[in-house]
Amino acid sequence: MSKISIKKMDLYYTDFHALKNINMEIQANEITAFIGPSGCGKSTLLKSLNRMNDLVEGCRISGDILLDDEDIYDNDYDVNLLRKRVGMVFQSPNPFPMSIYDNIAYGPRTHGIKSKAKLDEIVEKSLRGGAIWDEIKDDLKKNALRVSGGQQQRICIARALAVDPEVLLMDEPTSALDPISTAKIEDLVQELKKKYTIVMVTHNMQQATRVSDKTAFFLTGEVIEFGNTEAMFSMPQDKRTEDYITGRFG
Amino acid sequence: MRNKFDEQLELLNDDLIEMGSIVEGSINAAITALLEQNIDLAKSVIEGDRDINEKEKDIESKCLRLLLRQQPVAKDLRLVSAALKIITDMERIGDQAQDIAEITIRLQNQKYIKELVHIPEMSKESIKMLKGSIDAFVKKDLDLVVQVIQNDDKVDDLFNIIKAELVEMIVESIDHSEQAIDLLMIAKYLERIGDHSQNIAEWVYFAITGEHYVGPK
Repeated sequence: MSKISIKKMDLYYTDFHALKNINMEIQANEITAFIGPSGCGKSTLLKSLNRMNDLVEGCRISGDILLDDEDIYDNDYDVNLLRKRVGMVFQSPNPFPMSIYDNIAYGPRTHGIKSKAKLDEIVEKSLRGGAIWDEIKDDLKKNALRVSGGQQQRICIARALAVDPEVLLMDEPTSALDPISTAKIEDLVQELKKKYTIVMVTHNMQQATRVSDKTAFFLTGEVIEFGNTEAMFSMPQDKRTEDYITGRFG
Repeated sequence: MRNKFDEQLELLNDDLIEMGSIVEGSINAAITALLEQNIDLAKSVIEGDRDINEKEKDIESKCLRLLLRQQPVAKDLRLVSAALKIITDMERIGDQAQDIAEITIRLQNQKYIKELVHIPEMSKESIKMLKGSIDAFVKKDLDLVVQVIQNDDKVDDLFNIIKAELVEMIVESIDHSEQAIDLLMIAKYLERIGDHSQNIAEWVYFAITGEHYVGPK
């Protein structure tokens, strides 16, 4: 069974048909990369996976998105629980203006965890999971905005891990980072996929080939091609995919 | 978009055609030198092998630069990696032409034990294969690829004919044996040239289709 199953999904922003008949099976413990030119719908689909589009006025969705076989757009579905299970990391690091410790403890606290010992444990475990514990373990009281961009991004990943999610959505998580920080995050996601399902939007083709198991190529709201990353980057089936990944249009 | 890259891929095509025609010239010259017992020509084949080796290095470094700077994917990646393999086979063909020329020099004062009929025919067929495989690369022509691969049977058949004839010559007189073995070596080099040309054709097949050639079942 797929972790996430998208079936006949369409999405409209008022009159604009942003996603057209999307069908996709996203497997657990794999990294799925979304690629495509700007405005093709890849971030829109990513945000639909934890219902972040609910807040966009005029946004209408039809079809199904199933998480472990349950429709996340069902009226009874608990959106808070969904966002706990499906965490998100954004393009620019966006730590809260508070200490590193409080950033990580924020989610667990909102879910009712008060015990200092328990929170300490979650903070350490999450920061380790974010591959940043060793660098900042002596500075947990430091304001999270006062560390480097690459460290901030790993703190944000750790913050997402703190609520013990199952799926991590990443929207161009390294596009604002230098090559060293990018390499660290890429190594990190390889580690994370052992425990989590990862869906990542990236504009960096090399990154998609380096880290992802599956790749989906989007164009004007459609998924043109979806399959094994190696196969797609060595022998794409659709001429439009070929033209895009070889840099001849888009 | 990617005009500069496309230009460089075009240049790579031109380089391969050029190397192909140098190698073809080398086989032709080696066989002509053998038939006419023209020692100067044989020596020029041996000296010319250096140019082929240089050309291989030159194309190789261009391919590596393209990989480094353009990070090609899909058909572009297959094309550049096929080119890298193709030049290795062409360089080996050059070596075999050189080997033929060396035997020619060794045989310079000997009268041939038989009229050389099948050896030039073999060389004609091998050259046809080499030219066909390079042509197929440039035109991305799968039919031509298959023709080249099938033509290897002809070359192999000719080799077997030559071998049988030479065995007969040796049986006839033991004095023929040394030259017969030299001629057999030449036939074997030509047979290898056919194999390398087939390899080139198979790499062209890979560049076009993304799959390795599997012959008819």
